[in-house]
Amino acid sequence: MLAYLTQRLVSACVTLVIVSFFGFILINLPPGTYLDVRIAELQVMGTSTATEQIEALRARFGLDKPWYVQYWKWATGFLKGDYGRSFRYNREVRELIGDRIWMTIAVASATVVFSWVVAIPIGIYTAVHKNSLGDYIATFLGFIGLSIPNFLLALVFLVLGTQFFGTSLAGLFSPEYQDAPWSWAKFVDLLKHLWIPVIVVGAEGTAQLIRIMRGNLLDIIHMQYVMTARAKGLAERIVIYKHAVRNAIHPLIMHMGLTMPSIISGSTVVSIVLSLPIIGPMYFDALRGQDMYLAISILMFLAIALIVGNLLADLLLAWVDPRIRYE
Amino acid sequence: MMEPAPARAQAGSPQPATGDAYQPAFDPRRETQWWLMWRRFRQNRLSVFGLIVIGLFYLTMVCFPGFIAPYYHDRKFDDYVFAPPSKIRFVDEEGNFHWRPFIYGRKTELDFYTLSWVFTEDPTSKHPIYFFVRGDSYRLFGFIPANIHLFGTITGEPIFLLGTDRLGRDLLSRIIYGGQISLTVGLVGVILTIFLGTFLGTVSGYYGGTVDNIIQRVGEVLLSFPDIPLWAALAAAMPPDWSQITVFFGISVILSLRNWSGLARQLRGKVLALRESEFVLAAKGLGASDLYVIFRHLIPSTLSHIIVIATLSIPGMILAETALSFLGLGIQPPMASWGVLLQDAQQVSVVLNRPWLLLPGLFVVAAVLCFNFLGDGIRDAADPYMDHR
Repeated sequence: MLAYLTQRLVSACVTLVIVSFFGFILINLPPGTYLDVRIAELQVMGTSTATEQIEALRARFGLDKPWYVQYWKWATGFLKGDYGRSFRYNREVRELIGDRIWMTIAVASATVVFSWVVAIPIGIYTAVHKNSLGDYIATFLGFIGLSIPNFLLALVFLVLGTQFFGTSLAGLFSPEYQDAPWSWAKFVDLLKHLWIPVIVVGAEGTAQLIRIMRGNLLDIIHMQYVMTARAKGLAERIVIYKHAVRNAIHPLIMHMGLTMPSIISGSTVVSIVLSLPIIGPMYFDALRGQDMYLAISILMFLAIALIVGNLLADLLLAWVDPRIRYE
Repeated sequence: MMEPAPARAQAGSPQPATGDAYQPAFDPRRETQWWLMWRRFRQNRLSVFGLIVIGLFYLTMVCFPGFIAPYYHDRKFDDYVFAPPSKIRFVDEEGNFHWRPFIYGRKTELDFYTLSWVFTEDPTSKHPIYFFVRGDSYRLFGFIPANIHLFGTITGEPIFLLGTDRLGRDLLSRIIYGGQISLTVGLVGVILTIFLGTFLGTVSGYYGGTVDNIIQRVGEVLLSFPDIPLWAALAAAMPPDWSQITVFFGISVILSLRNWSGLARQLRGKVLALRESEFVLAAKGLGASDLYVIFRHLIPSTLSHIIVIATLSIPGMILAETALSFLGLGIQPPMASWGVLLQDAQQVSVVLNRPWLLLPGLFVVAAVLCFNFLGDGIRDAADPYMDHR
């Protein structure tokens, strides 16, 4: 297990290095970054402090050096917690994304929990009551969940909320808590707002999980050991929950890696419609404005979130399923 | 469960008589793999329904958008900004029934409180709807000049079945032209995915070793990027001076750049197993070249698998294009796509009074839903001998 863990950690680190490399090249592809704009602005000012600032920027990001030196400077800085500077906001990237990263993780984790809590019981129900009315309704809703673009779902929620409740459902906090320091009341307020993004972002993943759970359980219910359990005279409840469901959940954990990308991508897109204070809107703004250090830092954090999520899913699987041996 | 005998016995039993082409007697000429797959597919009503709707979508929006749409997608009617959908009527205000449907003319007034145009119907002016009317000129299949439209009015009063947008453009026409883009982006993207994925997956499984290692690692790295943010970064990297057509193909390439790895991975597994099977060893023993083995034996053997994965990945591509265009990073106006149309619906305050702006979303959902139905049916049919409880 320890050997497996180290091997997975090493391969995750290697992947991250390659991801950062590709990401850096990709973000630098478009000609003319916001940094150039900033330098041009400073040059126009022409004062001695402006020239000094230009020199400082050049030295910090290695602008007169080839791209691999720039990459090296950025990558080593990133490891030390220096993510570079946003030239649009003229602030350090670290200050800009600090809170938003945690909010993103909060939304993503809540979504994962939500989709599991909802998907597993529904998956069990639809498999046990195959071809019943409830099965058809769940399957239909699942298909809709897979087919509706999540930003559209968010829009529909907002419109309905404004129409029927007269309040805007956007955002993560009520106005009075927006800039307030953390407190119990603020946390409760967050929970009150969190359910909409969680449902909207989680719809697709939940639908996938329901289908996988239903399929797994249907496969397992027909296995001989389940038949044996029934033949022994065990109660149906015990046959299903103790014998069948336990084995149907394992592949579901493997598929956690499948739902992670949809949750991370989904939250970035949905956050624009729902105006959530997470990193999604900032990322797309940075891309459009070619604010490269902000964009690459956020892309890296999203990739890290994805890789860590997958790693956790694999470890969870190894822990839950003792039959799996990693050598 | 896997042997063909029970499946044949099932075919001979009178129970699954669904289509009229059903043949009770066993006919070895017809029991090809593809025929069995088609028969299995036909039994799934939802998939057949999906196939029909998708077919209609492609026929109307991709093949004949100019003919079906009443107007050119960028034609602006300045007097009809945010006009609600026209009501088609058969009964006039005196209660007389007309066989030919008609619409009332509309009067516009500026509401000085909300500063928006208010439309009121004028029952004194009636405008009958005709089929095959002449209107905006377009090019059929891109090169045949034409100006006949499926329906329209001839009195000069425009007809907007789904309302108009903020520039007074007919939403129905825009949805049809937008569908042409949205539906083809997915298709072109999938074709590229199939080429890349099939090639790399087969090579990876067949040759193994270093080539296999490199291909699989690159695939893993691509999958470590969250999809929409990666696509957005790629889309933002497209040079701004590209023409509309180049942007369109650029988006398709971008979508397939990440997606091939899934297909390649699954094909690699299949090829690894097939590589050691008797018929491949026999072909090699007879002196067949690698290329011959790959194209004559390996790819045909995995073809049904490729088709399944391709069909199941089209909806994801349509959704991705919609999301990218919605964010302003995909297809750019004046080109229309469903995502571009939904950009107009971004603000709740705008949508509240003009709910028809959300209609393009309905088309997205319908197309993706039907592709999912279709893909599920094809997946179940792809293995006709398998017993699907």
